[in-house]
Amino acid sequence: MTPKYLLKRLGQAILTFLVTMTVSFLLYQAMPGGPTEAMRSVILSQSGGSVDIDRLNRMIQLYTNVNPDQPMHVQYFNYASDVILRQDLGTSFFKNEKVTTLIMQRIPWSMFISVYALALGYSLSIFLGVMTAYREKSRFDSTVSSLIIGLNSIPYYIVGVVLIYFLAIQNNYFPTGGRIGSGIAAGYNPEFMLSLVKHAALPAISMGALATSGALAMRGNAIRVLGEDYIRVAQLRGLRETRIATQYLGHNSILPMYTQFMIGIAGVFSSAVIVEEVFAYPGMGLLMFEAVKTQDYPLLMGTLIVFTAISLTAIFIADLTYTLIDPRISVGEE
Amino acid sequence: MSEAHSDSFDLKDLYDEDIDPDPESRADRAKRFLEMNVVAPARIAVDDWRALVGGAILAFFLLMGTVGVWLVERPTSGDAPVLAAPFESLAYPLGTDVFGQPIHAQLIHATPGMFKMIFAGAVVSVGFAALVGVVAGFEHGTRIDSFLMTITDVVITIPGLPLIIVITAIFQPENPYIVGVFLGIDNWPGLARTVRSQVLSIREESYVEASEIMGIPLSSILRRDILSQLMPYVMINGALTSRRIIFESVGLYFLGILPFTTFNWGVMMNLAYEGNALTRPDMLPWMVAPMVCIFLLSFGLVLLSQGLDSLFNVRLRARHAKTSKKGTSKNNQSQATGGD
Repeated sequence: MTPKYLLKRLGQAILTFLVTMTVSFLLYQAMPGGPTEAMRSVILSQSGGSVDIDRLNRMIQLYTNVNPDQPMHVQYFNYASDVILRQDLGTSFFKNEKVTTLIMQRIPWSMFISVYALALGYSLSIFLGVMTAYREKSRFDSTVSSLIIGLNSIPYYIVGVVLIYFLAIQNNYFPTGGRIGSGIAAGYNPEFMLSLVKHAALPAISMGALATSGALAMRGNAIRVLGEDYIRVAQLRGLRETRIATQYLGHNSILPMYTQFMIGIAGVFSSAVIVEEVFAYPGMGLLMFEAVKTQDYPLLMGTLIVFTAISLTAIFIADLTYTLIDPRISVGEE
Repeated sequence: MSEAHSDSFDLKDLYDEDIDPDPESRADRAKRFLEMNVVAPARIAVDDWRALVGGAILAFFLLMGTVGVWLVERPTSGDAPVLAAPFESLAYPLGTDVFGQPIHAQLIHATPGMFKMIFAGAVVSVGFAALVGVVAGFEHGTRIDSFLMTITDVVITIPGLPLIIVITAIFQPENPYIVGVFLGIDNWPGLARTVRSQVLSIREESYVEASEIMGIPLSSILRRDILSQLMPYVMINGALTSRRIIFESVGLYFLGILPFTTFNWGVMMNLAYEGNALTRPDMLPWMVAPMVCIFLLSFGLVLLSQGLDSLFNVRLRARHAKTSKKGTSKNNQSQATGGD
């Protein structure tokens, strides 16, 4: 792995983070009627009574780190230094707690279901893609391909609703929502672990449905690889079918998919917003949803920035593994 | 083609195409245009069931959004008994909701808004992607290219849904066109990258090089050689983008983040879900009907995008067209082989 490649990717991640932060700052400014006007009623309903404009601005500064009194570039500089140097995303209007504290409590839960969804969805789409390509034009291929097309036509949140209906309401296999059963003590006991997994299963499956969209592209790639000479040579050498399927076919057809998978990470992470609401799963997505409902702007911007930061980290980690599976990257291209 | 002088002959032929010294009759030209662009694709569509089914589903929803809105009255509360079961009365074939509004009428009156959103979103994202992709591809290696690609990569990695949620929460768009435009914001970068790489590979083709050597202006090269090759990608991705816009817009209405100003499938799902429709069998039709609509429309779009793939295959189209001038078919042949 060349340091140049990694540096470039790191630089890109940092740039993306800065852009998101700037966007959130600009969105504060672009609020209808300006930030003071837009947040006045929310803050007034919170503190009660009337406040003069100076006090209001000071309160806005306190909550959002943006002081509408100052000139624009000073505001931006203060906002950026708060976010980057002090990791301060402001204070929630309604929960009277630091936005970062609120988000930090929720991150592990969202990561839990997102990572499971990614692992589930991607391994399934790679497996199905390679298998359907290997048995191209068989009944297995046409059945699985049509199923995948059908699944790709159903939004993941509807998959979630259907799963709740059949697996949680009609049959009591899984809980309908929440993240842990009531009255179960936290700790490393099997009961707690089982409840944890059971509550996360349905959200993870419905988010994973989103990640299976790569299966058809994977199939197309694998079919192209199947036509290569080295596959034929491997078959003539009498290698085992499983070895050809995994090491020759699988490995080589994943490579062009890798970027698509990495881009998909951001999509799966952000799907948590809708899925967590459907399952009442108290992760970051649900926090964001509550922030929208209560017009809690500092919390809203905070979740946006943290969502971006998490996606960027995940994509960067995926980038590191790319150098492990693609030998060409160490040569340093483009 | 095997004669020694074929080269110069071909060039002359191409030139004749351009300046048309001896124009064929207008009727002939119209006939040929119709044959190449309407009849042949239709024949392929009939052969390819995916395009046929996808097109039929889309046409059904289009009819629903135009004629249906005119035929079926706009539902209001108290039109019919509350929570009537489906398939029992002709006045409300799909049953009614808790306000006594017929479900089928709600579905129908949600369709125009849906299409407005899809249209605005698809036009914005596909148009922007095509513009960025073509410019970047043409300015390959320059600062403009790397600038555009940096922006594209940045937008690709920002999680789209949270960004859209923040934007819609702040601006509360009510007009479906504006909702569509907002949703289009995060849908363009993937296509822009594809278009760029396509432009890069098309630029290397010999016929584009030939056009450049012949001194044909850049605008003509773009229009005739490059855009015609890009259209398939743009159309196919347009169908897939539309599906994403349906998913996201319905999702945001389902969450209740977009203001409930019109009928929308997501709004129906939201109201039903909040009313615990999943545990109440009498409310289930209210929840299931919009879900079926969303599935059908996206399924139609996915099928159509796959069918379009063969529809745009120039070689397949040439085979299905009966009347084609010798020069045109040759031209097409070279394009078809070049496109691969």
